[in-house]
Amino acid sequence: MTVNVLVLTGFGINCDNETQRAFVRVGAEADRVHLNDLLADLSRLESTHILAIPGGFSFGDHIASGKVFANRMRHKLGPALERFVTDGKLVIGICNGFQVMVKMGLLPRIDGVSAQETTLTCNDSSRFENRWVRLQAPSGNRCVWLRDVNEIELPIRHGEGKFIARDDAVLQKLHDNGQVALQYVRPDGSPAKGAFPFNPNGATDDIAGICDPTGRIFGLMPHPEGYQDRENHPLWPRITLPEEGGGLRIFQNAVAFARDEL
Amino acid sequence: MPIHRIEVAGKPDQRDAAGAALCARVQEDLGISVENARIVEVYTLDAALTDEEVERIREELFTDPIIQTSATNRSLAQNYDCVIEVGFLPGVTDNVGRSALEGVQDILDRALAAGEGVYKSTLYVLEGVTKETAERIAAELLANELIEQYVVKTAAEMTALNGKPLLALPVVTQEQVAAVAHVPLDLDDAGLVALSRERMLALDLAEMRVIKQYYERSETRARRKALGLPDRPTDIELEILAQTWSEHCKHKIFNAVIAYTDENGEARTIDSLFDTYIKGVTDAVAARVPWLVSVFGDNAGIIQFDDAHVFALKAETHNSPSALDPYGGAMTGIVGVNRDVLGAGLGFQCIFNTDVFCFASPYYKGTIPPRLLHPRRVLRGVHSGVRDGGNQSGIPDINGAIVFHERFLGKPLVFCGTGGISPAVVAGRPAHVKAAQPGDHIVMTGGRIGKDGIHGATFSSEALHEGSPATAVQIGDPITQKKMADFLLEARDQGLFNCITDCGAGGLSSSVGEMAREPGGASIHLDKAPLKYAGLAPWEIFLSEAQERMTLAVPPEHLDAFLDLARRREVEATVLGVYTDSGSLDCHYNGELIGSLDMAFLHEGVPRMQLEAKLDAPEPRGELLLPGDEADLTNDLLQVLGALNVCSKENFVRMYDHEVLGQSVLKQFQGARQDGPGDAGVIAPVPGSKRGIAVACGICPKYADLDAYRMTACAVDEAVRNLVAVGVNLGAIAGLDNFCWPDPVQSPTTPDGRHKLAQLVQACGALYDVCLAYDIPLISGKDSMKNDYRIGDTKISIPPTLLFTAAGIVENVEQVVSMDAKAPGHGVYVLGETRNEMGGSEYLALRGQLGVNAPEVFPLSARGLYERLAVAIARGLVASCHDCSDGGLGVALAETALAGDMGMTVTLSPLNVSNGVIALFSESQSRFVATVAPEHADAFEAIMQDSVCHRVGETSSEPMLRIVCADDRRVECDVDALRQAWKQPLDW
Repeated sequence: MTVNVLVLTGFGINCDNETQRAFVRVGAEADRVHLNDLLADLSRLESTHILAIPGGFSFGDHIASGKVFANRMRHKLGPALERFVTDGKLVIGICNGFQVMVKMGLLPRIDGVSAQETTLTCNDSSRFENRWVRLQAPSGNRCVWLRDVNEIELPIRHGEGKFIARDDAVLQKLHDNGQVALQYVRPDGSPAKGAFPFNPNGATDDIAGICDPTGRIFGLMPHPEGYQDRENHPLWPRITLPEEGGGLRIFQNAVAFARDEL
Repeated sequence: MPIHRIEVAGKPDQRDAAGAALCARVQEDLGISVENARIVEVYTLDAALTDEEVERIREELFTDPIIQTSATNRSLAQNYDCVIEVGFLPGVTDNVGRSALEGVQDILDRALAAGEGVYKSTLYVLEGVTKETAERIAAELLANELIEQYVVKTAAEMTALNGKPLLALPVVTQEQVAAVAHVPLDLDDAGLVALSRERMLALDLAEMRVIKQYYERSETRARRKALGLPDRPTDIELEILAQTWSEHCKHKIFNAVIAYTDENGEARTIDSLFDTYIKGVTDAVAARVPWLVSVFGDNAGIIQFDDAHVFALKAETHNSPSALDPYGGAMTGIVGVNRDVLGAGLGFQCIFNTDVFCFASPYYKGTIPPRLLHPRRVLRGVHSGVRDGGNQSGIPDINGAIVFHERFLGKPLVFCGTGGISPAVVAGRPAHVKAAQPGDHIVMTGGRIGKDGIHGATFSSEALHEGSPATAVQIGDPITQKKMADFLLEARDQGLFNCITDCGAGGLSSSVGEMAREPGGASIHLDKAPLKYAGLAPWEIFLSEAQERMTLAVPPEHLDAFLDLARRREVEATVLGVYTDSGSLDCHYNGELIGSLDMAFLHEGVPRMQLEAKLDAPEPRGELLLPGDEADLTNDLLQVLGALNVCSKENFVRMYDHEVLGQSVLKQFQGARQDGPGDAGVIAPVPGSKRGIAVACGICPKYADLDAYRMTACAVDEAVRNLVAVGVNLGAIAGLDNFCWPDPVQSPTTPDGRHKLAQLVQACGALYDVCLAYDIPLISGKDSMKNDYRIGDTKISIPPTLLFTAAGIVENVEQVVSMDAKAPGHGVYVLGETRNEMGGSEYLALRGQLGVNAPEVFPLSARGLYERLAVAIARGLVASCHDCSDGGLGVALAETALAGDMGMTVTLSPLNVSNGVIALFSESQSRFVATVAPEHADAFEAIMQDSVCHRVGETSSEPMLRIVCADDRRVECDVDALRQAWKQPLDW
């Protein structure tokens, strides 16, 4: 079965090329589609198995990161997207795409309902930063994108990546439901506990990525599509690493899951 | 129209990171402590909306329910002494306001009416300050009066306002459009000069006379009569001539006839610096570099990347605008050079940026002359502008530098470079060939036209003076440009246009005027141009440098498809006229011909400048003093590591996205802790291919006062050896020259113009000599020749500066080498000769001395070294390699060690330099520090044997750097202390 991926573009999204490439490298058919072209033909979603909202600066991050794009998607794509996710199809939002997803309420969908329960806001440093981080997928997490992933190193490149939940109850549910998908850790694998630069933004409970209760909808601040080749890793001149970049595993998992389940 | 003011703030229990950062900055920059600062975002809706609509907009668009609270027509400021509100002046680009407008329309599901709008401002709520202090914070830190308005209110005054707006809405009030003026030219010489000055034409007397003569010719008069135009020029004609003939656009100094007298009194004539040296060296090496595709003729230089792709490279400066508004000026610099690459050939995708800045010390303590900003503020603003411009455009920043010299107080230098890639063939056509055809439509895409940037081209051709126009400043809008760039690459792939160029300096006048050369004319209707607001005279529409625009030639058969795609991508595209073969550039407004210029006169009529250059004898300088004879040089090394030109810039670089597009191979910071300074940025731009591009920069203004020839040679060598250090071979390197000079034209205000021009001649000679020796073609470049500040009795001229940007093709990125020591027990080598060349060194600068001998480049011996090193790297024999430059050998050793997070034990006696200070701190060129694993040592030494190559020591697991010099003077220092000294000075 061919797994069809729709990678959104337009309005300042800027990681669409490498996101598309990542899906193609793991065997999917992936098209970059401008949001306006999708809105003009919503039936495109019917043949799509995975929707990707890549990183970038949609609308310049003006007002708040992802906000204007999220509003546009909610207003113009809402019911079609709701059908897409209730059909059990997969969605990933990376960096700006993650910001879009939490602001339109597509994550965390704690009770299977879209509503904003969490946010991503200004890093504690008050700065945009580009650095590599080490991440751990907590045991018991439900994310199908992370099936065989325990630890992974990826670049972060954001100014507004500090994850905050509405309140402790929401946070607790995320933990209890296995919806906390990725957390920042120290190089030795111990929790970052908010310490900079291991947790680069001050995110609550070191949360770098979350998924919905089905594990099929996934958002994360780090860029898995930014680590497709050994040479992307900052330490490749020093240490032995596999030829294939670690970020590809995330896309592989999703494509394999879609092939098996959809 | 009803005005709705919406304030948005963090909930009281949320940490206000931006507010905390502001408190820290106020303390650092102004020495003022503010107890607490909170930042409130303000959106003012000037639109007919129901209360229910306003509430929906406030909640759904402007407020994050998790962390924010908001209010309509009521201020959220609480527990404070003063507030400062900062907003834009009328007509200034308001990017947030524009995005907010789109968001509002999405929520309402309808477009706002003409004249309705959304405006962004920011309210700073301060605790623990007096009104006077708040005024100072506003004026010196928060607002730039050239583009912004601000108001300071006390708590009591705020209460009295009762939620009403603090600032006037930044709406451009409609003015009567000025009629087209006819400008009399029957003036004497003084009158012509006065006219040029009053109209800000920046044309000199000889040029004004040629224009006067053109209008007096009988054939001109007859032609104009037949067209119904007056004998006298119309204002738009004069403005077009001034723009086309500006130094910025025509490079008159580089094309001048120069009577040159060297330091020995020998005279010769140079018939164009550009032809003689720059084009000259490219012609001379062209036969040896088979990969040149398009040089000098386009917006960027183009070379072959692989069989299927071509690569474009360009660097620009944006100095004058950055002096006035560092943030906006620098941002337009970066997005502007992006457009050069987007407009090269049939359009290239931008794949990396480079940035090099020159400032005075951010710790400058003297008085700041009028209209200048403190260097710290300039640094912050420029850095933020380039950061936002690059990051929001999705283009990684992969290489750069920040350079300090006291005379950059007069004008900061902001160099922005961009590389791009394109398939070699697009829609069946070679990607580098383009030409508008007669009958093609003139189409403008992207942003709208306002008064922003009018006279920018002529402004940058002048010194910064009291009358420098605020309208010369623009703010970039990266998202409008990103949308346009995505659209244009789609249109390119469908073959929808014949020609494309950036609409930058000189606006439509420049872009249409240039594109009309191939077909032989153009006819444009300026009333069709989309405007930001009414009230622009036709000449202003034509000359405006409003940003984010490209000009295209679209053939009639593709016009509908082009406009349809633009509409679907929400990019404004407007047909303004047609290209013709009439031989003239014709401008119409509301159906009337308002200007017609002969194409030949417009482009070829400018008289060549005749200039004199004479090198003054060097000032007598005392013999070099090497202060101190202490045996322990550890402190000296720590001081040099902390010098502004040496110390780590990581803090600034981390704020640039340097990996977007996923092509990164070598990043700016490398090694065990990713904090060692890389030499060149390397990317692999074609998915699935290991072929790469390496990019590096060289810039050494500190040597210019000693010897402009050596300064230039050092800059070229620095860029090249940065590439060689990662493994690039000579013969695969292309260069860009960006000259920034103080005014080199002799005049009453520039009494040393002849000398400065002679320095330029020397620099061009050096560029030629070194590039010839290294087989480097110059594929593009730019010059900025008026980098002076002159107000009242104060004149500050920058040191003559060349930025050399070098790009090299890497056959296989798996073979490149990073700069960090890799493992203990590796041999440490110093490659290249160390000489007594302390002139301009960081070591002497710390002691307030300039010295005598600027470093000299010996390109023939360097070439041999570079070729052998490339062989050793390609064979995998080199574990690390690091360029040795600012600060000298001591710095290069320390950086290699700290990047590897390991120690090093070194004996410098093999260098044959008796004085330890010279061995450690001389800045001799063409040197490297390399480390080599024991098993490769013999093979490495065998390859290097005919070059200067000294094994000086070994890396060690104990984190100590130990250096013993020939005179037994020593360095002994913990690597953490080296790191600390190197990182601390700019660790903001």
